[in-house]
Amino acid sequence: MSSCGCGSLTQVQPAAPATLSTRITWRDVLGGWRVRWGIGRMSYRIAPGLYRIGQPDSKSPVLVTANYKLTVDAVRRELTGLNVWLLVLDTNGVNVWCAAGKGTFGSAELVRRVEATGLARVVEHRRLVLPQLGAVGVAAHEVKRATGFSVSYGPVRARDIPAYLAAGMRATPEMRRVSFGWKERMVLAPMELVPAWKPALGILAALVALDLVRHRELTPHLAADIVRFFGAILTGGVLVPLLLPWLPSRAFSVKGAVAGALWAAAAAWWLPTGAVEAAGAALLIMAITSYMALNFTGTTTFTTNAGARLEVRRSLAPILVAAGVGAILRVAAAFV
Amino acid sequence: MQYILNGHSLVLDPALCNGCGRCEEVCPHAVFSIVNRKALIARRGNCMECGACRMNCPPGAIQVSSGVGCAAAIIAGMRNKNAGCADACNCG
Ligand code: SF4
Ligand code: SF4
Repeated sequence: MSSCGCGSLTQVQPAAPATLSTRITWRDVLGGWRVRWGIGRMSYRIAPGLYRIGQPDSKSPVLVTANYKLTVDAVRRELTGLNVWLLVLDTNGVNVWCAAGKGTFGSAELVRRVEATGLARVVEHRRLVLPQLGAVGVAAHEVKRATGFSVSYGPVRARDIPAYLAAGMRATPEMRRVSFGWKERMVLAPMELVPAWKPALGILAALVALDLVRHRELTPHLAADIVRFFGAILTGGVLVPLLLPWLPSRAFSVKGAVAGALWAAAAAWWLPTGAVEAAGAALLIMAITSYMALNFTGTTTFTTNAGARLEVRRSLAPILVAAGVGAILRVAAAFV
Repeated sequence: MQYILNGHSLVLDPALCNGCGRCEEVCPHAVFSIVNRKALIARRGNCMECGACRMNCPPGAIQVSSGVGCAAAIIAGMRNKNAGCADACNCG
């Protein structure tokens, strides 16, 4: 198959499921890195269908996953040494969590894929193991009614699959909880930085223009602005996710504004300027970090839709006002 | 960690519950406990309103208004009625 960039996989026929290696190559690593940083397409898929991992037989467990390549990579790496079937659903190359929210990782696709692969003739048992986060899109009782296969929800994380299978398909409460540790937050940080590039170029152009209009040449003022501004983006995109549990308030916009105020204070100390310029820069920095933090809500595992709506309603106006007043003060400071 | 309005819309009808335990199995935040063969909302404040429990409750004893807790998607929706999560998030 060509779209996944790994020539060794072939489209699966119901009679002859392809074998997936449990080894991750440098190509897989590089591909994953490119997807996270948004180089090329966001979706990164393998062909849906039934795959072998190791040498499964008619009694081997059937694991179900999405056709997002990073998910399949994570699963097959953790399955080293096991013999299982992997049923890959067509989620348009989207991961389990997002696809389940959209319904593409759902009962209908699961029923369709079980039938299309002739799974009932491949295995004797009637049990499917789904990642727990897939439960948002799949109704176990409907799948049972339509296919005869009962659904067990396995662990949230792929690395717990071997222990879950070894324990006779029983998940510990630990395996069922979603965690959101600093490593997970850091893996997701680039997702926040990538969309910031385009607006960043626009603001950079405005800063250069301001300096040229005011001084007719590029001055140290521009360098100070650039430091303050890129510091704000790194604060919103990296520092806020990293310090998330320790920043005050439940509202992400407030967490972002607090982190922004810290950076503004550090910048004012490091690059002393007049009071008006410092105030304008601080407001602009806080507007940027607050807005970026607000956008991080979509990446976390505990925000609710109703809460995010409320927060957007309450925080958007203050952010826009801070940005507007900050811009006016910053421009005024250049001319007084 | 908790967010604003966690578990606000989660409703359980004990009369319909048959104690099958699915809600406890699917919940990624351990919101439910099964006590005396009935589900109980034990940790409402942890609920992120994902909807997995409602989806998998065979007798339909659970109601929750679910949706993505994603500000970018909500802002995109305000600007353009047709914009979905996919357009705003890096969700795919
Ligand atoms: S899934 Fe529904 S019926 Fe089963 S225990 Fe939970 S509330 Fe009760
Ligand atoms: S909506 Fe999700 S987080 Fe809330 S109780 Fe149901 S399964 Fe748990």
